[in-house]
Amino acid sequence: MMTHIPPNEGLLLAAILFLLGLIGVMTRRNIIYILMCIEIMLNACGLAFVSAGAKWMQADGQVMFIFILAMAAAEVSVGLALILQMHNQHKSVDVNVLNQLKD
Amino acid sequence: MNVIFYIASIIAIMATIMVITGRNAVHSLLFLTVSLLAVGVVFFTLGAPFMAALEVIIYAGAIMVLFVFVVMMLNLGKAYEKMEESWFSYKAWLGPGILCVILLGELIYVFTVTKGSSQPLTVITPQEVGMSLFGPYILGVELAAMLLMAGIIGAYHIGRKKQKEYHRFLQKEEESV
Amino acid sequence: MGIYHLLWLIPALPLLGFLILAIFGLKMPNRAIGIIGCASIGLAALLTIIIGINFLTSPPTGNFYQQTLWTWFSVHGFSPAISFYLDPVSLIFTFVVTFVSFLIHWYSTEYMRGDEGYPRFFAYMNLFVFSMLTLVLANNLLLLYLGWEGVGLCSFLLIGFWYKEQENCYAARKAFIVTRFGDTAMIIGLFLLVKNFNTLNIQDILTKAPSLWQPGATTAFWAAILLLGGALGKSAQLPLQTWLPDAMAGPTPVSALIHAATMVTAGVYLIARMHVLYELAPVVQLIVAIIGAATLLIAGFSALAQRDIKRVLAYSTISQIGYMFLALGVGAWSAAIFHFMIHAFFKGLLFLAAGAVILAMEEEHDMFKMGGLRKKMPVVFWTFLFGSGALAAIPIITAGFYSKDQILFFALASTKGSFWLWLCGFVGAFLTAIYTFRMVFVTFFGEQKKEVHRKPTNSIKIPLIILGILSLIAGFIEIPKAWGNFAPFSSLMNKVMPQVQLAAGMENKEVLLEVITGIIALLGVYLAWQFCLKSPKVLYNFKTTGLGRFIDKFFFKGFMFDQLYDIILVRPVVWLSKIDKRDFVDRIYEAIGNLGLLLNKIFSRTQNGYLRWYVCGLVLGMAVALTIILFV
Repeated sequence: MMTHIPPNEGLLLAAILFLLGLIGVMTRRNIIYILMCIEIMLNACGLAFVSAGAKWMQADGQVMFIFILAMAAAEVSVGLALILQMHNQHKSVDVNVLNQLKD
Repeated sequence: MNVIFYIASIIAIMATIMVITGRNAVHSLLFLTVSLLAVGVVFFTLGAPFMAALEVIIYAGAIMVLFVFVVMMLNLGKAYEKMEESWFSYKAWLGPGILCVILLGELIYVFTVTKGSSQPLTVITPQEVGMSLFGPYILGVELAAMLLMAGIIGAYHIGRKKQKEYHRFLQKEEESV
Repeated sequence: MGIYHLLWLIPALPLLGFLILAIFGLKMPNRAIGIIGCASIGLAALLTIIIGINFLTSPPTGNFYQQTLWTWFSVHGFSPAISFYLDPVSLIFTFVVTFVSFLIHWYSTEYMRGDEGYPRFFAYMNLFVFSMLTLVLANNLLLLYLGWEGVGLCSFLLIGFWYKEQENCYAARKAFIVTRFGDTAMIIGLFLLVKNFNTLNIQDILTKAPSLWQPGATTAFWAAILLLGGALGKSAQLPLQTWLPDAMAGPTPVSALIHAATMVTAGVYLIARMHVLYELAPVVQLIVAIIGAATLLIAGFSALAQRDIKRVLAYSTISQIGYMFLALGVGAWSAAIFHFMIHAFFKGLLFLAAGAVILAMEEEHDMFKMGGLRKKMPVVFWTFLFGSGALAAIPIITAGFYSKDQILFFALASTKGSFWLWLCGFVGAFLTAIYTFRMVFVTFFGEQKKEVHRKPTNSIKIPLIILGILSLIAGFIEIPKAWGNFAPFSSLMNKVMPQVQLAAGMENKEVLLEVITGIIALLGVYLAWQFCLKSPKVLYNFKTTGLGRFIDKFFFKGFMFDQLYDIILVRPVVWLSKIDKRDFVDRIYEAIGNLGLLLNKIFSRTQNGYLRWYVCGLVLGMAVALTIILFV
């Protein structure tokens, strides 16, 4: 099992996943997809923490991942409840319907 | 082991691309699960087996199940797939794409500039994580517990029943019109 | 020394009163407001009297006491302090300010009763007293200037107290703007002093000045004349006297307090305080004397033709301050301050009594519509008579005689005096007697033309009686030299002020002068009686002739100074500002405003309510920030 891991590849993968999620958030209009993309971004953040922790051989990175996990769980539960309400009230999952907060 | 890392990475990226370009919500969710599982494998190769397990159980398991439930409850159907098709325009993708490519370029530049030496893999055991979690990070754990509590109550409150369509002020306006 | 440590309380008490009234005044009952307003001043007056007695019985070493509270600021070696300085001069001023103010506050509780601005009135009045006390107690000129501007502000606020009438607002603005000319000159003078001495501490300047400047030095001339400019504005002397008659728009207690008893004498105080400076600039001192003489004559003539009882008093104030300036100009420092004190008593009294009359006549100011009030308002009549006697310097029995006589004597006898200065003062005394008793006869004698509407109560009567008694007896603390060697006032003053230098052979002319002055005053009274009561036809016939009408109008308008300034100052400025309505400076500011509007239009477009648009903005910002961090 004596393998060497390249130091930056994990971070690079995290960056790519994060940006893919970001593109999704910016382009999709379906709010379910937006929530999914946010999950992808959160997960990419967790990956970045874990790879950084591996690089420094510290447990802190993994602790942070656990926190992110907890936060993601809370966020998803509230977010999905909001999606249900939105679908109930507007009969739509299009975020562009929710543009009434403009000036 | 490196080979496994690269394979898992490619699977994760491909699956994620499938997620963000998908038309059918259920299909996208399945791809997302694949992506998460691949990231779990990556965790394993990075020497974090405990995180890999958590990723599979909580992310790919619990959270995705929640998603699937919601998608099923909404029951979007074929009409929505057509609508997704119409939203899927070249114009909508161009700007975000360029922005993200710029960001990616900059991040790659950062990683290449700060190239460190590769080092042997050390597995960080769950015991160490636990020691750290309930040692210096105990306050964070308590805060996370409160956050989860708030999430549960919030989800219950928001999703409880079919609420009125308008805010009470707007409703009054509506009635007067 | 114990009691001296409480010196800071004298200005602090009115300030406290002001703060309480300003913050809680609207929620308090009127009775509580009156009590707080009076008590703060009353305690200050009591404290002043205690400290004063202490000062007189056991004077501190060097005849002064200084209390430094803290350093105001410190810039490049220039560090004025919040510091109070008590010596005989500031003691007299503090005493008069607190004591007369207290009586006027007391009087105001009745006079202002029922006015909706009751708390505002007392808050302003307390602030005024605080400012005035800061002015007279300041140990450096910057703190003095703070008080100086403070009284200017309060004067503005109180003249425009009934701000709902536009004329009052104009009067307030006029007072503020006209005194501004003087204040600007004064602050330039202060800059000049800082440049030369690197300090504004009054005592330091006074001790250093003689070693720095020769008598008649150019810098001393400029410093003295610039400070004089400030004094002219505040004390309403020629050519900045025009604001005072209009300042009668304020409530009568305000006129009594500010425009008669205390504030307008700030100029006298300033010059007396800086006396060393004026002795180093004899030209300026001569100018002071000439201005005083000219002002007292012009104001005297103007007072002859006024119909409004308060305007007569206003012109008499200008005239009496002219006497003080005359005294300052001939180096009779002590005489000027003596006249200030006596004037504060009788002028405060006259205004308060006039206020009682106006109250009784339902805000009627024209004294020709009053008449015959002698029987209806005996207390007011008698006290008013005492005050008038003091103002007209009726010999022997009134205080005004002693103070004015002293000034007239020094105007002739001092080495800096001359026959012409004396003659001006002498004619002025004659005029004073005429216009004062014209006012008395027209208002209180003759047939009654209007019913008494509101009888004065005790709160009005008691201050009148106190001031009336003082107007009679206060002069006895300074008996003329020829009568006996009893002059505690000037001996107190001479501890810190130089004595008058008498010209040779003048000492024994004092009695002669007194007799002449006394006769002329009585003659004035007789003339007033002759033309106002006995045969008013003569005067009436004269007024209908062309020349008579012209003179009447000319005097009535105060020698047309307002019209003159309107032509030479106001109109050119208005004309200039009209043709320069849209200059390029304005354009710059307009452009800034328009740019703001334009940016507002652009950026409000971005507030379109679309979530994804906002995310794009966020990401763009992130990209830019990252680029800057990495590559710049």
